[in-house]
Amino acid sequence: MRELDVARVTEAVAELCQRANTLLPADVTRALRQAERAEESAVGREILGQILENASLAAQQRVPMCQDTGMAVVWVEVGQEVHLVGGSLEEAVNAGVRQGYVQGYLRKSVVADPFGRQNTGDNTPAIVHFRLVPGDQVRITVQPKGAGAENMSRLEMLTPADGVEGVLRFVVETVDRAGPNACPPLVVGVGVGGTMEKAALLAKQALLRPVGQHHPSPEMARLEQTLLERINRLGVGPQGLGGRVTALAVHLEVYPTHIACLPVAVNLQCHADRHAATVL
Amino acid sequence: MNTAVQRAAEGPGGGSSSQDWTRVETPLAEEAVNSLRCGQRVRIHGWVYAARDAAHQRLFQLLQEGRQLPIDLRGAVIFYVGPSPAPPGRLLGAAGPTTAGRVDRFTPALLRAGLRGMIGKGYRSEAVKQAMQEYGAVYFAAVGGAGVLLAQHIAAAEVVAYPELGPEAIRRLRLVNFPAIVAVDRYGGDLYQIGKSTYRRDGAGEPYRHDGPERPGPGEGALSGQADTSE
Repeated sequence: MRELDVARVTEAVAELCQRANTLLPADVTRALRQAERAEESAVGREILGQILENASLAAQQRVPMCQDTGMAVVWVEVGQEVHLVGGSLEEAVNAGVRQGYVQGYLRKSVVADPFGRQNTGDNTPAIVHFRLVPGDQVRITVQPKGAGAENMSRLEMLTPADGVEGVLRFVVETVDRAGPNACPPLVVGVGVGGTMEKAALLAKQALLRPVGQHHPSPEMARLEQTLLERINRLGVGPQGLGGRVTALAVHLEVYPTHIACLPVAVNLQCHADRHAATVL
Repeated sequence: MNTAVQRAAEGPGGGSSSQDWTRVETPLAEEAVNSLRCGQRVRIHGWVYAARDAAHQRLFQLLQEGRQLPIDLRGAVIFYVGPSPAPPGRLLGAAGPTTAGRVDRFTPALLRAGLRGMIGKGYRSEAVKQAMQEYGAVYFAAVGGAGVLLAQHIAAAEVVAYPELGPEAIRRLRLVNFPAIVAVDRYGGDLYQIGKSTYRRDGAGEPYRHDGPERPGPGEGALSGQADTSE
């Protein structure tokens, strides 16, 4: 069995936190450039131009593109043939977040408890999602999640009678309500099915897909397209100041569910669609 | 400043090129506030205060108690920002705007105390917009998530109150050629509403009314005999 020291996980997470916060993925930059060409509003084009310039400045200067460097959401897929040694995996992940946020001059935005609200000073703890998978590798994805878009995300337990139309309306309404606060243009992650927490996880996971890559099922891909068209008719536009481009993409994930359930979760992602991954 | 009215005639996002910037200087004079219209693109020069949630709570508390504030609000502009830490050799890290709506409940009191301008992102409440009309103030939107670009337009920064609040401390920032858009003017003009209705197309579904009634909580709709219209 392959042995892997968790110290390597710490190292990887620290590097990923810094990379994710400073380098906007190429697929996001491409989508923003397309949006700049498509946008009809002059104010909207100006905003998209500033967003693109900001991303290139952040990459050149190796500084975070946004001051809200988020709460670190960390996805860890552990191959079941890997033997992790050297300590607790979860502690190793948190040590990586601590190092990454301190060394990278990233903002510490985590408070220790939701009522007392004392800053923990090092952006820990992270939100860690573990998954056991076949194989002998460990894949780690860091997704810094800022609060502007997270705060406008929503979940609802619809009933089966609400159907596809109910889901579409809920998603469009969520983007509409979010307006400028979620920092559009957005990537819209939608999770439908499962149970309450499964829908939320699917919605967040959907955000990790390259921007605009459709669901492999043609039926789901069509729903993504329908949602994107409806969302982009809202008029919200870049930063909510009016325009044609409210969302860059809609990513839908679905899962089997209960005969009585139709959970739908919408996780909004601002234009700074940050994530970085590595394999150990 | 005399070009302000002329520019406003073009309407939100209308026709102007990126060269069309109106220069705005702080502290804001009344006539400057009066000349600005929503949809105008501006470049802000001069000192502003950086303050966000926790600082607002404290300032509000002092005003409630009739006590002296640690900063002079007369003609002042507050920038809702909590910068990321400054790497060595830099003044600040990223410094883009945060959501303004979270401080809406404190803002009318600050406007009464002399605040004339705000820089942030997102909607303002009706109460804030009314107080802006009553006391004469303007709300500028800066691009959320453009923190590196915006930080390049901040030439000086110093903590002036509540250092213990870390990223939420009140700082004095000197802006140079800082790009923003007039989102809400002192006459109640709101680019968030105008811009959206300009670009809205049929088939998007029912429009969402930001200032509309909240959807009833469990049982409330039934108790008050109202239909729950929220799908």
